[in-house]
Amino acid sequence: MAKLLLTEDEIRRALTRIAHEVLERNGGTEGIALVGIKNRGDILAARVRAKVGEIEKASVPLGSLDITLYRDDLTRIGYAPEVRRTELPFSVDDQVIVLVDDVLFTGRTIRAAMDALVDFGRPRAIQLAVLVDRGHRELPIRADYVGKNVPTSLDEDVRVRLQELDGEDSVVLARKGEQAA
Amino acid sequence: MTPGRWSRHDILDVDDWSREEFEMVLSTTEAMREVLDRPIKRTPVLRGKTVVLFFAEASTRTRVSFELAAKALSADVVNITSSGSSVEKGESLLDSVRTLQALGGDVIVLRHGSSGAPYFVADRVEASVVNAGDGWHAHPSQALLDAFTLRARLGTLSNKTVAIVGDVLHSRVARSNVHALRALGAEVVLCGPPTLLPAAWRCGHAPAGVRVETDLGRALEGVDAVMALRLQKERMSAGLLPSTREYARVWGITEARLAVTKPGAPVLHPGPLNEGVEIAAAVARGPRAVIEEQVTNGVAVRMALLYLLAGTEVPD
Repeated sequence: MAKLLLTEDEIRRALTRIAHEVLERNGGTEGIALVGIKNRGDILAARVRAKVGEIEKASVPLGSLDITLYRDDLTRIGYAPEVRRTELPFSVDDQVIVLVDDVLFTGRTIRAAMDALVDFGRPRAIQLAVLVDRGHRELPIRADYVGKNVPTSLDEDVRVRLQELDGEDSVVLARKGEQAA
Repeated sequence: MTPGRWSRHDILDVDDWSREEFEMVLSTTEAMREVLDRPIKRTPVLRGKTVVLFFAEASTRTRVSFELAAKALSADVVNITSSGSSVEKGESLLDSVRTLQALGGDVIVLRHGSSGAPYFVADRVEASVVNAGDGWHAHPSQALLDAFTLRARLGTLSNKTVAIVGDVLHSRVARSNVHALRALGAEVVLCGPPTLLPAAWRCGHAPAGVRVETDLGRALEGVDAVMALRLQKERMSAGLLPSTREYARVWGITEARLAVTKPGAPVLHPGPLNEGVEIAAAVARGPRAVIEEQVTNGVAVRMALLYLLAGTEVPD
């Protein structure tokens, strides 16, 4: 049985709260940049940026990272996954980079994203914002901003659907292989 | 093939590629192009893989391009050139291949003077083989980088017309370009001296979407892009052309002859250039020329090919 974890309104509120927390923790928008991890983190990063803009009437740089070339499982999955373009239209040097992703799970994606980021320069700090933290870390990585903590088992999937890609906003917990309701 | 997944083990020719395969290489190239704009032009994706560059025929730019591509993906690179290697001492291709197989490269990039040599090698090694030019036959990575460069300039290749001018008969670049451009929706006009055009194509048996012209003015009329091919000097001695001067006068790409193309139509050349023969210096250095873009895009295309090939290996 698929279970609804977050509704459209709850996703919106979670992102609003994350935007406030990012501003509070960094004392405003000065020197921060949002970088979303493709393919859904970049959409979430754009939404957080819009919220930050509403709250502070200021604009922060926005980028997106494709981490395919930094994955550690390429020889295991048996095919070459699609590589998309990374867009970082600003210097990361001495910036506080807030990485944004949809789900924090093993931490391997975040490890890859940090490796990719430091190839572009030396950020002053890297922080992590995620919509859902589902546990089961395999690396010493934690999120600074979390929309919702969800206890899960390894035979479950957390499915994030976003308007821009999937036509609706929702987060659902389902058994692996189970069809969405 | 599974949609969205690369399934070829070797890249020998593009004549049997689907449009989807071209699109996959071009979109991967787009991502690789961004890597080349970074301060540190290197990603770790092919760490621990070995790319063998086996060039049994002279080449500088293609070899260097593949080498830069492999290094930008963190692969180890081994260079074998015919001069100074056992090839010069009379080793047969078969023996060279056995040695390569024993050395254990993951990808072998092969340039060879004999058409079909990459097929011979691909049948006998486990590594993936990339054809970097074989005789008169094919030059897949050149065609792909030309298609990428043209699409970046023109936005799309659908319903565009590209003129390819020069020694079409002996040109693996022309042959591979015809396949790539046609698959991506472009029309092709081939132009050159009658002795340097494939006889069947010249006599009305050209493939669909390909027109053959011996008059340069008619060939360039209204085209969206022009590709000049290098005139190989040895063709003169074979009696196929009276002189380079005559060639330059009748088929050389000059500013004046380009007046009939679409305004600003880009001019490509696979290099190395014979300035003043197939292309005038003013054109080669002029605003229409995209020759340097071709060189940079060439590295990105080869990164895309190496990435797609190395990713297809399934471990036990």
